[in-house]
Amino acid sequence: MSDDGVQSDLPPAAAAVPAERDLFDKFAPLIAEREALLSSGVRDPFGIVMEEVKSPTVAVIKGKETILLGTYNYMGMTFDPDVIAAGKEAFDKFGTGTNGSRALNGTFHDHMEVEQALREFYGTTGAIVFSTGYQANLGVISAIAGKGEYVILDADSHASIYDGCAMGNAEIVRFRHNSVEDLDKRLGRLPKEPGKLVVLEGVYSMLGDVAPLKEMVAVAKKHGAMVLVDEAHSMGFFGPNGRGVYEDQGLEDQVDFVIGTFSKSVGTVGGFCVSNHPKFEILRFVCRPYIFTASLPPAVVASAATSIRKLMHAHNKRAHLWENTRQLHGGLKRLGFRLPTDEPQSAVVAVLLEDQTQAVAMWHALLEAGLYVNVARPPATPAGTFLLRCSVCAEHTNEQIAQVIAMFEAAGRATGAIG
Amino acid sequence: MSDRDTILTAVKAQIEPFNKKGVTVTEATTFQGDLEWDSLTVMDFVAAIEDEFDIIITMNMQAEIETVGQLVDAVAKLKA
Repeated sequence: MSDDGVQSDLPPAAAAVPAERDLFDKFAPLIAEREALLSSGVRDPFGIVMEEVKSPTVAVIKGKETILLGTYNYMGMTFDPDVIAAGKEAFDKFGTGTNGSRALNGTFHDHMEVEQALREFYGTTGAIVFSTGYQANLGVISAIAGKGEYVILDADSHASIYDGCAMGNAEIVRFRHNSVEDLDKRLGRLPKEPGKLVVLEGVYSMLGDVAPLKEMVAVAKKHGAMVLVDEAHSMGFFGPNGRGVYEDQGLEDQVDFVIGTFSKSVGTVGGFCVSNHPKFEILRFVCRPYIFTASLPPAVVASAATSIRKLMHAHNKRAHLWENTRQLHGGLKRLGFRLPTDEPQSAVVAVLLEDQTQAVAMWHALLEAGLYVNVARPPATPAGTFLLRCSVCAEHTNEQIAQVIAMFEAAGRATGAIG
Repeated sequence: MSDRDTILTAVKAQIEPFNKKGVTVTEATTFQGDLEWDSLTVMDFVAAIEDEFDIIITMNMQAEIETVGQLVDAVAKLKA
């Protein structure tokens, strides 16, 4: 601000809010918990800044070169030269942004192009792109299940699924995580007539466990429900065409809607829903998070389209990702870490720890050694678990994974997580 | 014993395994304030109640239930 007098036109600073009506009082326990955590001398697990990103697997954090093992960059597409070139070209041809909604002025050539790439990738007749994966769940779930109808969801569902339920007007019913019997029982107790949507995920991102979709979808169909599967954490490396767990389990003609994201395997940002429903296109007029927000910048959708087309043929990357996952899972298991699944089920490898103190101490030790993983805690995690979550990348080298395992060994012994 | 009393007795029995603080449970007992249950405990408890009475208590309904007495009323209504 200059000295031309503008400043004096500003309203005076607000008086301090009287304590008795400070709306922030409800956050006091969380503020105290964070202060206690940070005063113990550890770095803030939720305040990491990457000063430089050198590749899909290496960044500079506080001046230190750090291996990235917590980014969801499963297929390592963020530095692919073709993907970058497509983005640059779109910048030059279409500018930096769309300034508007998909429904008005925000649909450019590459928004249509990326939807076409999705139809080809998934072999569906319909594809609709949203500005984030969160908004795809929010929009589709809240729009298709209306008042008097039911959404039946897994208790461990992602926040975007819960928020989609909260935003809509349907009745919401939960079943125990991955329990086919529990889903069957609950569907059986609901009235026959109203429409029902069963919401499942291919891979549950906290523990990295895969859903028994085959059995669950059969149960949903038995009770006349439509099925939506979120495949955010499986795109590119499950099933013959990389479509996800539902393809891997042979359910392509059974699942009504698949939700996905560009921010993980695709390597940009954005969300989508694909479907063969004959009336699918109407969603563009009834999903509020599609209509009332700005569309993705042209460079983002151009990069995404190129990335998706490359993922169709990324067989070597896919094989290497699974190889890395097995190497990491096996190595940590041999060291005596507690892992939620006996075999690696997805590219998420979670390490279970005692409590927040141990989880953060371990995370801190790994970061100091030059490794970034995610810390996760309730309520994001199921059943009160504290964990470190690793997401493996197809671009990690075998040497990097070996280094990672050695870092885990040292940190685990230093913090008492392993003997 | 009336139907409502039978339900209250059964609800109290379902509360016990989750009653870590050993609170004396009456109809006025609140799940969040008195029993101090977190969202995960509530979820497990609701599932247990649903299975006990063979009913569904939707999340929409759960939002309206704060006390044991309100839960008993809801179960009675759902079973009717």
